[in-house]
Amino acid sequence: MKNTGTLKLTTPTDREIALTRVFAAPRRLVFDALTKPELVKQWLLGPPGWSMPVCEINLRVGGGYRYLWRGPDGKEMGMRGVYREIVPPERIVQTEVFDDPWYPGEAVGTAVLVEQNGRTTLTTTILYESQAIRDMVLNSRMEQGVAASYDRLEELVESTL
Amino acid sequence: MNRAPSDRLDATFAALADPTRRAILARLTSGQASVTELAEPFAMSQPAISKHLKVLELAGLISRGSDAQRRPRRLEAKPLAQANAWLEGYRQFWETSFQRLDTLLHDLKAQELHARGLKTEEMKTRRKKHVRAKRDHR
Repeated sequence: MKNTGTLKLTTPTDREIALTRVFAAPRRLVFDALTKPELVKQWLLGPPGWSMPVCEINLRVGGGYRYLWRGPDGKEMGMRGVYREIVPPERIVQTEVFDDPWYPGEAVGTAVLVEQNGRTTLTTTILYESQAIRDMVLNSRMEQGVAASYDRLEELVESTL
Repeated sequence: MNRAPSDRLDATFAALADPTRRAILARLTSGQASVTELAEPFAMSQPAISKHLKVLELAGLISRGSDAQRRPRRLEAKPLAQANAWLEGYRQFWETSFQRLDTLLHDLKAQELHARGLKTEEMKTRRKKHVRAKRDHR
């Protein structure tokens, strides 16, 4: 049985990153939490100290969304995109572009929700335009200040190998 | 070989993309092994295994031991640790967010239950009133 709370990150192809996570809630609630702005702003915040002052969602095919985050030092990061596919409560496909694009082109995110015994498995796959871009994305997240966990992980990996 | 970190990472991820190669790495975590030993658990010819080993070697994930006869392969920890670290940063952002989502979903479920409870109460009260009204009418 899958545990809730364990995030699995994989690279299914050389242009993709996939995140899989199980939640102890029916998928209709998880779908709401992914698509209702008043709910999204409560959790999609990343590291502690960040807030989400802008979260606008026009939930229809061809409709757009707009996210803006603000860090503890006042630094802002924004992204936007367009919904390509919406099948409540099981599937959302959307494009993703950052305000200060540090990689060329747009990425396409696909969220798939599968419910079993009142639990929901959410798999989010992000497809980038090239492998180089995908790897840059992985890199940038690291630079956002998780040096501590980096050290911890390196120790861990080196002690197990 | 002196490659840029991102090139090295490309090679690492490409090498890790194959299930046979991941299985070989998993086997090597319990100690070095010869090509024959590594080929054993797979329904694969030795040349096929050697090809996989070559990819792993080029990615810097394994190296050859000093025993000239057996040429045992052993795991190289550093590239794997680097690849993991890159992934770790990304995972961290989502892990923190998803933990908040757990709390939110817990609250949403509680709210739904509460709302349903209120509705049931309301129905009961209405039914009582209805019965009382009927009785008083008689």
